[in-house]
Amino acid sequence: MIRKTIIITLGLILLVFSGLSFYKSRHLKEPVVIGPGVTQVKKLSEYFPAIKGSANDANVYVLEGAKKGGALLVLGGSHPEEPAARLTTWILTENATLEQGRIFVVNSANRSATTVTRPSGAYPASYTIKTDWGGQTFRMGDRWANPLDQWPDPEVYIHYPTRQNLAYMDIRNLNRTWPGRANGTLTEKTCYALVELIKKENVDIVIDLHEAELQYPVISTIVSHQKGLDVAAMASMVLSDEEFKMGMEKSPLELHGLSHREIGDHTNAVPLLFETPEPFLDATRGRTDEKLLLEGKDEFVVRAGKRGLLFEKIDEKGWPIDVRVGRHCSTILQVLDVWSQDHADKAVALRNVPKYDEVIKKGTGAFLRDPSKADPKLIYYE
Amino acid sequence: MIITILYYLLVAFVVFLMGWNLLKSKKWQEEVLYVIVLLPFLLRLLRLK
Repeated sequence: MIRKTIIITLGLILLVFSGLSFYKSRHLKEPVVIGPGVTQVKKLSEYFPAIKGSANDANVYVLEGAKKGGALLVLGGSHPEEPAARLTTWILTENATLEQGRIFVVNSANRSATTVTRPSGAYPASYTIKTDWGGQTFRMGDRWANPLDQWPDPEVYIHYPTRQNLAYMDIRNLNRTWPGRANGTLTEKTCYALVELIKKENVDIVIDLHEAELQYPVISTIVSHQKGLDVAAMASMVLSDEEFKMGMEKSPLELHGLSHREIGDHTNAVPLLFETPEPFLDATRGRTDEKLLLEGKDEFVVRAGKRGLLFEKIDEKGWPIDVRVGRHCSTILQVLDVWSQDHADKAVALRNVPKYDEVIKKGTGAFLRDPSKADPKLIYYE
Repeated sequence: MIITILYYLLVAFVVFLMGWNLLKSKKWQEEVLYVIVLLPFLLRLLRLK
């Protein structure tokens, strides 16, 4: 009996410590100090009340220019384990101003997925971006919504409305459940709410920010619906000529559930998806820690590159987070520049967003605002 | 939602069975095994993981 009591007590200690760790990770607060460009902060449920109070009732930061123009929606956190995407939305919400048009920014498109990490992935629970005032910590997140918010998964995920068969866990993948379903799962309802936002706000362009492993062929590129090929091609050419190599790819017609396919098919908006390289996601990576996430250096991924197994270059410098965030910032600015030249009446003139060189020079942390010194009225939590 | 509730009931039933076996077990190796296997079920039941 004494032996049994000792074993059960040890089990309870493990339960308490692991439970506390998971609870803290799920409930870590991420402040956003809204910048001078943000005129309203809405909730996603204002566009689709069925998700009110759910884990995915995300904040929608609205930036409005004095002059009328087009409307842009920027999605960060479709896959929260791709941190350059979310960090770019932080830069937008805390720094950007608008001269013309409107921008809607969602930092945590699949907020539920920010509250969990990949089972057996040995991911860090969080990561910290260094700043002059110390640092800001973010939840690590995963590719899929938290099973605590949507469970169980089906044997096979049948995409709505095409009935295409997809991997079972992708029913929790925000970039496989577009255009969403009003009476579907939480992830499907989230996509439905975002589509309602796009329709009700007459959004012209949707930018879905991502990162990719170097062993994945869709990398360092803009994936565009056929409606946006001209914009994507021109932005890709200018970026490759002036800042960094950037590709352009057409969204496959028969691959369903992805933002660059379904938003274009079901709304008037032009969807574009940006990918930057993230060695942390590569299957051949070494230790999966915060250092790898932020510095993007891994000797095993470099070795894979030497054997011709990668679709993007990597050397001992790796792919640091500032490079990846800088790429996203510059690509957004370039796409808007091209769009505004071609659509003067629907132009979007964005200011005070750093370009690639500036993010690398100053670091991502230079563009994060200190919540301890901010007016509490300006602080929102993701 | 109904399926989710049914799955939580299933988890609770498995926790009950393993807990019962743990109490009835005579071998320490089995007891350790039951405790380790119980952990993820309890974490899910408590909505922690």
